[in-house]
Amino acid sequence: MTISSLVQNVSYAQIAAPLIVAAGAVAVLVAEVFLPPKRKPLVSWLSLLVLAGAAAPDIALWPGRTIGTFCMPQSAAGLYSLGIGEPHGMPSTCSYVADRFTLIFQFIALAGAFIVVLMSAASMKRDRIPTGEYHFLLLSSVAGVLVLAASRDLITLTIALETVSLPAFALVGLKRWSGRSSEAALKFFLVSVASTAVMLFGISLVYGATGNVHFGPVALHLHALTGATGGTSGPIRHLAYLGAGMTLVGFGFKVSAVPFHFWTPDTYAGAPVPVAAYLSVVSKAAGFAGLILLTGTAFSPLLNKTGPLLAVLAALTMSLGNLVALRQRDAVRLLAWSTIGQAGYILVPLAAHDPTSYTKHINASVAYIIMYAAMNLGAFAVVHSVHSTSLDAYRGLAKTRPLASAALAFFLLCLAGLPPGLMGLFAKVAVFGAAAGSHLVWLAVVMAVNVVIALYYYLSWTARLFATPDAATAAVGRSPATLRFAIGLTVLAALLFSVWPQSALGAF
Amino acid sequence: MKALLLAMLLVPLAGIAVLYLLPRDVAERSATRVGFYAGGAVLVLAAALACVFDYTKTGYQAGVNWNWIPALHIRFQLGVDGISLPLVLLTALLSALCFFYSIRHMPDGGSQRSYTALLLLLEIGMLGTFLAADLILFFVFFEIVLLPMWALIAYWGTDGAKAAANKFILYTLLGSAVMVVGFLVLFAYADSFDMAWLTAHARGDVPKGAALTAFALIALGFAVKTPMFPLHTWLPDAHTAAPTTGSVLLAGVLLKMGTYGFVRIAVPILPQAAPTYAPALAAFGVVGVIYGSLACLSIARKPDGDLKRLIAYSSIGHMGFVLLGIGSLTTVGMNAALFASVAHGLITGLLFFLVGGLKVRVHSAKLDDIGRALYRRAPKYGVLIAFAAMASLGLPGLAGFWGEVLALFSATRPGTGLTQGSYIAMASIAAVGLVLTATYLLAVVRRVCMGPAATPSEQPVTELTAVETATWTPLVLLTLLAGLWPALLLGITNPAVRVLMKGV
Repeated sequence: MTISSLVQNVSYAQIAAPLIVAAGAVAVLVAEVFLPPKRKPLVSWLSLLVLAGAAAPDIALWPGRTIGTFCMPQSAAGLYSLGIGEPHGMPSTCSYVADRFTLIFQFIALAGAFIVVLMSAASMKRDRIPTGEYHFLLLSSVAGVLVLAASRDLITLTIALETVSLPAFALVGLKRWSGRSSEAALKFFLVSVASTAVMLFGISLVYGATGNVHFGPVALHLHALTGATGGTSGPIRHLAYLGAGMTLVGFGFKVSAVPFHFWTPDTYAGAPVPVAAYLSVVSKAAGFAGLILLTGTAFSPLLNKTGPLLAVLAALTMSLGNLVALRQRDAVRLLAWSTIGQAGYILVPLAAHDPTSYTKHINASVAYIIMYAAMNLGAFAVVHSVHSTSLDAYRGLAKTRPLASAALAFFLLCLAGLPPGLMGLFAKVAVFGAAAGSHLVWLAVVMAVNVVIALYYYLSWTARLFATPDAATAAVGRSPATLRFAIGLTVLAALLFSVWPQSALGAF
Repeated sequence: MKALLLAMLLVPLAGIAVLYLLPRDVAERSATRVGFYAGGAVLVLAAALACVFDYTKTGYQAGVNWNWIPALHIRFQLGVDGISLPLVLLTALLSALCFFYSIRHMPDGGSQRSYTALLLLLEIGMLGTFLAADLILFFVFFEIVLLPMWALIAYWGTDGAKAAANKFILYTLLGSAVMVVGFLVLFAYADSFDMAWLTAHARGDVPKGAALTAFALIALGFAVKTPMFPLHTWLPDAHTAAPTTGSVLLAGVLLKMGTYGFVRIAVPILPQAAPTYAPALAAFGVVGVIYGSLACLSIARKPDGDLKRLIAYSSIGHMGFVLLGIGSLTTVGMNAALFASVAHGLITGLLFFLVGGLKVRVHSAKLDDIGRALYRRAPKYGVLIAFAAMASLGLPGLAGFWGEVLALFSATRPGTGLTQGSYIAMASIAAVGLVLTATYLLAVVRRVCMGPAATPSEQPVTELTAVETATWTPLVLLTLLAGLWPALLLGITNPAVRVLMKGV
């Protein structure tokens, strides 16, 4: 073995995005200290610049060939790509791969965080949120998401997930004067720590059973363990099943799949609204990225075991989320339960247990997440612009704020999947297609019933907007320009995806 | 011809754009006129389409075919044939009449601009449903109609409008959500959403089990829309609450989207599954005939019976005949279903207009509030009501007759694989329904039009206004035309139906 084979080549082009964001996070924290109080709002602009700057290297990578970095020396050839059923050739042992999948999730994270920063830019002072800390924590968490989407080994994945979560606890608790905020942060923290513990234990079992941490070799070993020839290794096989199951549970918490969802409504309601938007879109997208990576690569030989499990999880998640959302009287809580319902839809394609077509089905989930990001951020942005979260405050809002109301109505119809919210309709058609294509017709029918249940609460919220105003109607003036810009951007994205759904559906 | 189809969808869209580009107060003042111009233009386009349509050809004509969403294999595919053409014409006509009627008879409830924009959006959805040649595009248009109709009922309706509107949209969305799952099950095997291609090839690609699942899911969606007997409960509430134009379009066009779906999609694309479900469709249709007529009889006897509700229940009966025709799985049955659909659109459209007119006059659609002796109080109005009732009960020589008689006739000789005996039994029961229909409609005519001279307590009823005469005359004339010359309509539908039923 020569020295050169032990030295890892680092491709800085691929890791530029998380590096820029991480460096930006520190820069923002320091800059805030040195800025005079009157200039503090500049920090938001700096954050925006960092996020936009981080997107540049990703755009450059988009047309290119998939490459990896931080590779173990033996993997000279043969990248391990998503959705392979029969592992063949030499599996990749790169820890960080910036392929199409990674880049899509990095774009979602950067764009999502961009909108979140715009949303919060004008309300930091009102909510008495410390500017520097807020942006530092937000950018740190985003850096975690960027790494998570690119991670191709269990350890990088875990560390990235922790980098996403740890700043998020603090973000939730940033309204230090509010008891609800602290309670929300504590709840979020405890649940997250517990789920991480479960996940770590699962990962250790997987490592014990396979002797590997890189997704490719793990899949290869699992295939050997569970295949026709693996009859002798009974106990180890069960160990691997258990480990894989526990690892998935960790991500189940992250995407708030039922029964791991119960932190979600309280946390969203207690957190500042932009942070809730961040959790519901960017952090959730990270959870799904991890889930897709695991089920699609590392645990792909176990698809026939994880598939039915995820199918039941999806059915439970959407049903409970939508049923409880029916009873909500608070906008943020309603959106929280609705995101649980939406998470159920996103889980449906992952429940496919046919390895040969898994990539195709994953496409439906990825497209759904892209579209969900636009519509959910938009809905949160409008909610943030109406200073009350009580649903009664939305009665007759169309009279005083016609444009914001029209935008909110559009986003809600997108979430419901009813035209003119075409984007949501196509996202759901894609998911239905994945379910029907993998012989999960029962799950598709459960989802169809759920779409109807969900329509009721989305529509009654929409109906409130156009009702006659009364005493409870929020008296709101013009929103700050940055917030209007955030709403405008999400509307544009939603319109683009509605008229040209191919842009999202064909991305992956 | 391609341009005609696209223009029919784009003109209403342009109307909506104009409404929202004009300054608010100008738009409010001129909204109904903008609506009328757009609706009128669509009617002219539809008439032009009927002129350039090649009646000797059988397949789709004027195919627009664009690759819209390759990732999902969805194409923007439009076309028109003998089955869709009559329904397109019916839609364009009823919409134009509704716009015209709205100029003078705006329902209370809010902004005229929103009302007109919603009607225009509704028209896009209705036309698109009949023009789409791709299953998912069909589904998109099928869904587009939901929101405007919901809003029309909820904001411009009366008597528990919100609840009725919610019931309408939740029921029909459940149907269409299940329906799209059926389409995707079909796609999983046949790998295409192209209706014409599927009609020709799906039989070979889809195994029996999957075909049975897909048919059940798709048929459920259409059955809710039609509506078929136990799934009809949204209809009476929606009709009672809806404003006049909403009722006219709901009964005149929206219900036909269900029957059109059966004739165009469910039966011809999945012929291997159709015989399994056809007897159930026919049986539920017959139950609907009897149930609808009995419900109407009971309403006609009640002092506070609501005339709009009565017509809604009568629609369930008429749609029962349509389902019986479809359930026979024969060319005659499908032709009967299409004929009865168009006839029902004309006649029930007219009936809802008439009741809407009464509602404007006496501020109620309750039989007692309307009072008696319309023949004396407003003779022309009374005669028109009697005419519509006669047409609805299937008097020979008027449009209502042929569809229902042909449906009964088709049931006596059902398609291959169906037991003739049970179909004859069903046809005889449905024939009883024909008698019941006559009974309640005559009871209504007797109660409203005839009787002793008006008591002083009854409100005076003004005669037909010029706008009303102009709106309703086309419907009366077409009812007569379709009744006296049924071959005109059957000649358009029959060649296309023959092609579709080739594989059944």
